[in-house]
Amino acid sequence: MSFDFNLVINSFPLLLAGALVTIKITLISVAMGIVIGMFVGIARVVHIKPIKWLAAIYVDFIRGTPLLVQIFIIYFALPLVIGIHMDPFLAAITACSINSGAYVAEIFRAGIQAVDEGQMEAGRSLGLTWPQTMRYIIIPQAFKSVIPPLGNEFIALLKDSSLVSVIGFEELTRRGQLIIARTYGSLEIWLSVAFIYLIMTVTISRLVAYLERRFDVKK
Amino acid sequence: MIDIKDLHKSFGEAEVLKGIDLNVEKGEVVVIIGPSGSGKSTLLRCMNYLEVPTGGQVLVDGMDLQSADINKIRSEIGMVFQRFNLFPHMTVLDNIVLAPMKVRSITRSEAEKEAMDLLTRVGLANKAQSYPTQLSGGQQQRVAIARALAMKPKVMLFDEPTSALDPEMVGEVLDVMRSLAKDGMTMVVVTHEMGFAREVGTRLLFVDDGKIIEQGIPKDVFEAPQEDRTKLFLSKVL
Repeated sequence: MSFDFNLVINSFPLLLAGALVTIKITLISVAMGIVIGMFVGIARVVHIKPIKWLAAIYVDFIRGTPLLVQIFIIYFALPLVIGIHMDPFLAAITACSINSGAYVAEIFRAGIQAVDEGQMEAGRSLGLTWPQTMRYIIIPQAFKSVIPPLGNEFIALLKDSSLVSVIGFEELTRRGQLIIARTYGSLEIWLSVAFIYLIMTVTISRLVAYLERRFDVKK
Repeated sequence: MIDIKDLHKSFGEAEVLKGIDLNVEKGEVVVIIGPSGSGKSTLLRCMNYLEVPTGGQVLVDGMDLQSADINKIRSEIGMVFQRFNLFPHMTVLDNIVLAPMKVRSITRSEAEKEAMDLLTRVGLANKAQSYPTQLSGGQQQRVAIARALAMKPKVMLFDEPTSALDPEMVGEVLDVMRSLAKDGMTMVVVTHEMGFAREVGTRLLFVDDGKIIEQGIPKDVFEAPQEDRTKLFLSKVL
């Protein structure tokens, strides 16, 4: 068994292009996930029961089923119902966003509930409405405590996005598979793929640590 | 100003308030004392519906809190909490101007001008740009009073405002409250500060087991309590 460095070097540009696609899908999905998660997270603490239940059902369903199955449902099963076939990119983004939204919702819910109850009481006692108190008092404080778990979610999604390779979407993992199909260089290519994932996740975790420190300065 | 009729409040099985009738007139300083767990804080918190009663009526300025626009009524009732509850992510100044700007829709510059006047009044004008965590407990509570006053409330509720303070800081907060009372502010104060109750209160309420056991002019109640439970309580705290 020999290790072919030339194969690594020659494949690197292709893999990097795949990594860029991985970053793109992760960034879009996390951004969408944060928007979805913020609304659903707030819906989880609202005092209106039907809204609360709907949010809980969404979170339970997404967290209780594998992302791989969710991808299959959106790419293969959903078109049978709505009659529109999504391209792999749109399907990948949709699946990852909806998936991420559920996890981010739990992060926000925990962040909101970690804010002292007295803060809500103080806001309401001044005549601020519930939404105003959420917006100006609770959520800004919750944000600080959600940064580390959001970073973890970012990293988890970056790795999980490799699952969309199953619908033929050419991100980093899929690119690796395709190169191996051509060159049979399993060892070189999978190690290279792993290395690129590692570089990306370590970079994100450093970035999150930096953000955490910055947001802490003000207090 | 505040009219309470047959107020009941239960938390699950536990009945905390067992029928309270109370009328607070404009300009009164009503001080509520009683053992812990007697329901005195719950009674105070029912006055702005932070606790929703399970029975009876609360009227503020003639409006029934059950049916009125609660946000509007709360904006006219100042509340000061035992643990200050300042907003830690905002400067002292922003703590004070937030509600006037968002609820009363006044401009930032006007709100800041009024906030600075209030901070001067509580002796903390130089702390406007500080964050709450940079202040001592006594200073934080004075900011909390200024924050409540910024809404120009018709009545101020104090929920054990000095109980979380180190002893040497109690005086500065009581001084601010004393000057408020002197200016004619209607106040309801739950406290363990018997000296303050006697000196500043226009009426003293002794609450135990969810009922008003005895009330009257503070001096009279302290010197000649009529009920056995009042006597027992006062003998322990005085």
